[in-house]
Amino acid sequence: MHALLANLTAPLQAADEAFDPIATPEIEWFTIVPLLVLVGAALGLMTLTAITRRPLFGGFYPLATSVAAIGAAVCTWPIWDRIQDPERGPFTALAGAIGVDGFSVFMTVVICSSVVVAALLADGYLKREGLDGPELYVLLLLSASGGVVMAAANDLIVLFLGLEILSLAVYTLAAMHLRRVTSQEAGLKYFVLGSFASAFLLYGIALTYGATGSTNLVEILGYLTQVALFDNGLLLAGMAMLLVGLLFKVAAAPFHAWTPDVYQGAPSPVVAYMASGVKAAGFAGLIRVLYLGFQTYRVDWQPVIYAVAILTLLVGALMAVVQTDVKRMLAYSSINHAGFVLVAVQAATERGVQASMFYLASYTFLVGGSFAIITIVGRTGDDRHTLDDYRGLAKARPALALVFALLLFSQAGVPFTSGFFAKFYAIAAAVDAGSYPLAAVAMLTAVIAAFLYLRITVSMFLGDVDDADIPERRTLPVPVGAAIALVICVVVTLGVGIFPHVLTGPAGDATAVLVGF
Amino acid sequence: MLLAAGVEPSWYLVLASALFAIGATGLLVRRNPLVMFMCVELMLNAVTLTFVTFSRMLDDIGGQAVVVFVLVVAAAEVVVGLGIIVAIMRRRPDATADDLALLKG
Repeated sequence: MHALLANLTAPLQAADEAFDPIATPEIEWFTIVPLLVLVGAALGLMTLTAITRRPLFGGFYPLATSVAAIGAAVCTWPIWDRIQDPERGPFTALAGAIGVDGFSVFMTVVICSSVVVAALLADGYLKREGLDGPELYVLLLLSASGGVVMAAANDLIVLFLGLEILSLAVYTLAAMHLRRVTSQEAGLKYFVLGSFASAFLLYGIALTYGATGSTNLVEILGYLTQVALFDNGLLLAGMAMLLVGLLFKVAAAPFHAWTPDVYQGAPSPVVAYMASGVKAAGFAGLIRVLYLGFQTYRVDWQPVIYAVAILTLLVGALMAVVQTDVKRMLAYSSINHAGFVLVAVQAATERGVQASMFYLASYTFLVGGSFAIITIVGRTGDDRHTLDDYRGLAKARPALALVFALLLFSQAGVPFTSGFFAKFYAIAAAVDAGSYPLAAVAMLTAVIAAFLYLRITVSMFLGDVDDADIPERRTLPVPVGAAIALVICVVVTLGVGIFPHVLTGPAGDATAVLVGF
Repeated sequence: MLLAAGVEPSWYLVLASALFAIGATGLLVRRNPLVMFMCVELMLNAVTLTFVTFSRMLDDIGGQAVVVFVLVVAAAEVVVGLGIIVAIMRRRPDATADDLALLKG
């Protein structure tokens, strides 16, 4: 960015001598096609609804959203091919603002899949709640475009812009349910704390800029490798504040306080997206900044991530166990999962980055499927989320209970599911890097968290239930969209659990690198 | 010119950090959603001041260009934030952050 602007302004300074046209950087449109597809679809959907006033046919919005998200993911194919071509490899675009490497392409696909799952869930939900309209889908697509920008950001300011595009849409999504006061409360809490964290992130960027003279990750890395800073307090403060902002987004302890409240209050399909897409984008930003930009300062950030990982794992697992609301339980469990990804990030190795990519990809479908069930069981009003509401679900709707049990077991890390390999690779990366105590804590919290998943499962299968409740629960409607989403999630969970190389292959090829321009 | 008057650029950095701290403290202490929201804006403006100061110290135009981006983001944040606050105030006209405690566990 800095160099981009230097390019822009250099002719300005020389303007006295001659009126040269301002040199604009070349824009490689090819590299940002996925982004354009997402934004274009969002704007198109909004315009189309303004003209037609009602959907062209039932299920038009989720279909259009899914097609756009899948289209964006498919558009990454030629980019991926180009990156994997040994003669060409990763590259930067837009005068160094965007870094196109395997990592950014992989995370783009993960974020797009979370949009597909959330859009499918939203269809039945919005109709049930009488809120049907294009807004949620448009915001979902726009938010995903912000996430894609974060995953490919090669400049801290671009990262910040991506984060804000992502977050501003999600704040609105959280407050989407007009009739539930809790939804608006969740929106306000998320907004206030989120913008607080964004301000810290931005201050961190400012201090880093002051210390290194640039906001571009390539130039920061170049500066830090060449110059030994005698007094690096400014840089360390900047790094710490950057970390606060990003760790908040991924819901890591001690910046997790908003998570249970927001997850409980926000509409369930939106939570599915928050737990998968937003988290994936947050980690993508975190890995880009730490692993790429500050790789020479590994000694400084590694212990911090180490401590945060331990705290996040413990808080997530221990607090989840004492909850009685299933949405809050899964909120804490998602904090625990974030801890596992941090375990992989902390390793600061290629293998750690791959493990975190694998974890985020498989967790997207786990959490998407789990919140599909929660959306269905929540019924009209979206407020039946206590453990009691799940009691006897196996008797009333055996298929739903079975699928939920499968997804919960996978989250616990039972073999033959994607969750097992996700946890396995994360811990293996930590062991590889010699962080034995951290790996031990991770395994311990996996056991504690397993108790939580068992508790829900036991309540579904063994819990006593009034026979009077059974007919009511038997009529629990499963909308088509949610059914499709559940099938996708179960297929991916079992598929990756039995053939992990489907995911380890791409994750292994998707290296994160910084390329100068 | 400012330098000639004996004002060091670093004074502006101190001022910005003070503003940032006031904003952060205000957000944690005050209970009115609108005031909390203004505190966030104060924090963002403190960052803008930091960027401009560094831009001058480093003699680099990049920092000043960043300010434009930050202003745009702040404006977008105002729109979304006020939207959410208005939605809540319509239902509960005298709500403070302490009243917003339906979500607890």
